[in-house]
Amino acid sequence: MKKVEAIIRHIKLDDVKTALDGIGIRGMTVTDVKGAGKQKGYTEQWRGSKLNVFLNPKLELKIVVPDDMVESVIDTIVETARTGEIGDGKIFVTNIEEAVAIRSGIRGDEAL
Amino acid sequence: MSRTVKIFLIVMMLAALFTLGGSALAQAQTAAPTTDPTGSATGSASDLSPAAQGSNLTLQSLADEVGHNKVATSFIWLMVGFALVFFMQAGFALLETGFTRAKNAVHTMSMNIVVFFIGVVGFYLVGFPLMFGGVGHLATLGSIGNLDGMLQVAKGWGILGYKGFGGAGLYDVGILAFFLFQLVFMDTAATIPTGAMAERWKFSSFVVFGFFMSMFLYPLFGNWVWGGGWLASLGANLGLGNGYLDFAGSSVVHAMGGFTALAGAIVLGPRIGKFNKDGSPNAIPGHHIPMAVLGTLFLAFGWIGFNGASTLAGGDFRLAVIITNTFLAAATGGLTAMFIMWKLYKKPDISMTANGALAGLVAITAPCAFVAPWAALLIGVVAGALVIGGVFFVERVLKVDDPVGAVAVHGFNGLWGVLALGIFADGTYGAGDNGVASAVRGLLYGGGGQFVAQMIGAGTVVAVALGLGYAFFKVMDLVFGLRVTAEEEIQGLDLPQMGTLAYPDFSGSAPDWVAPHPSGLGAPPGKPVPAAMASLPVEKGAGA
Repeated sequence: MKKVEAIIRHIKLDDVKTALDGIGIRGMTVTDVKGAGKQKGYTEQWRGSKLNVFLNPKLELKIVVPDDMVESVIDTIVETARTGEIGDGKIFVTNIEEAVAIRSGIRGDEAL
Repeated sequence: MSRTVKIFLIVMMLAALFTLGGSALAQAQTAAPTTDPTGSATGSASDLSPAAQGSNLTLQSLADEVGHNKVATSFIWLMVGFALVFFMQAGFALLETGFTRAKNAVHTMSMNIVVFFIGVVGFYLVGFPLMFGGVGHLATLGSIGNLDGMLQVAKGWGILGYKGFGGAGLYDVGILAFFLFQLVFMDTAATIPTGAMAERWKFSSFVVFGFFMSMFLYPLFGNWVWGGGWLASLGANLGLGNGYLDFAGSSVVHAMGGFTALAGAIVLGPRIGKFNKDGSPNAIPGHHIPMAVLGTLFLAFGWIGFNGASTLAGGDFRLAVIITNTFLAAATGGLTAMFIMWKLYKKPDISMTANGALAGLVAITAPCAFVAPWAALLIGVVAGALVIGGVFFVERVLKVDDPVGAVAVHGFNGLWGVLALGIFADGTYGAGDNGVASAVRGLLYGGGGQFVAQMIGAGTVVAVALGLGYAFFKVMDLVFGLRVTAEEEIQGLDLPQMGTLAYPDFSGSAPDWVAPHPSGLGAPPGKPVPAAMASLPVEKGAGA
């Protein structure tokens, strides 16, 4: 099993979700995150003073999939979350030791 | 139940309704008509009290009825005004809390509600007697009791009232109606410093201030202007126009609150992270702009009573001019501030626009009854520009941290308001004010004396608010402590000072590195504040 963590733009969530659904991936955890990469933050104004906000708001999708699904999940996300501008986000993949479905107790790929 | 049955029941019920309604209609048409087509026939001699009916109806008893009704309209108008001005507390609470950070929201909100409770008690027991103990007979309210205790340094030069302490002698409907209305004005003044001193003021110290403000500081200057004191007597004694005039409180309420706020903010010092080492200011944005905008609208709504009901008489139809002027100045104040910010910073800054509208309202408060609508428009324009200059002056020249702009809005524009009265009063209103028979005239209408009186009053309010305010806060700081600790300030005042978070479900409302607090509230033990963040001053800590 692998965990695919994708940091994407808020506006791309619907597209990514629909596309993943199309390849049979339904389970995901989505978190509001703030972060910094190549895209610098943004500047806010408050009563005549400037405020540089270093971090940009993004969404983080955590998706755990069987090993043979990883490449198609990555391709799908890259395809749908991409705008071509700086700030499209990143994808990280890590190994997962075990998965357990709490209701049934089933383990491994079956639990996903 | 099947769908068909449901529809059937609904149709049956509607049918029953129409049948009943139809028969009621038919009955109404056959019965004798009791309508009042012009709306003017309702109310007749039969509605008079028994003392003026039948053989009791004399010219005297009829005149008594008329007098009762005249006072009744004033009572109703005053109580409507009381309710409107009381609602300004909600406006201040939202404005101040919206313009400050989420981690201090409970603290800021608490100050805004508790100041009212303190004020009611303090003003009833001590403040009102000091301010109005010598105001005399309340003509428009038909009071039977008479507040005739005025301490004078020489004949005609009153400095404080002394009748009514502890509520003695206030048990009179006219006096209590007047008390209620004056009470909410005092609370408006008392709640202004909570904005300028927000996010770093020790709550216990604020409570002491609430009593000081309601029992002494506010009534002192208030007596001199509205209680029949020496500023009001400048006209009768020295021939300076109608004496110092402030119709609804640009100086008595707003400049008093604004300059006390300035004194407090000076003694308290800036929030951690507000100024860099070179003195340049950082932006510390408020956490809830919609809340602040709503608060501004609530304040404007309350101002209808603040200015309008200050006629103290429901039959004084000048109130239409007053309320018109109030809203004209609010509008031009807000628009002027918006356009200036738009020009300077490319965006119509909403927080400064809101301040601009409030500045217009504060500035029109003194002259609203005495000036023509065209002057109100102009007064608002000046106020809108003055508030921006004032905010920048306080922040960039004085280096004083005023999170909500209270000094510029209430202090500077309060002064502009009383001076504007001395310039634009057009001689169409105010005959008999402060015991001077002629109507009120400003500089543009040949009233040089009135302008001099306004200058004296403006100087006096600054001296009293800034001088006594500074002395009070300095003593409090030395004896009692005015400011929270740096750890509490960085963590946010809500947990260590109040024990409650405003938004416990939001991540980030309780930082995980908070310092342990002696009360045991706040933090897991053994997690010290990073040294770099606790030290004063900080290089860049804005928004921490």
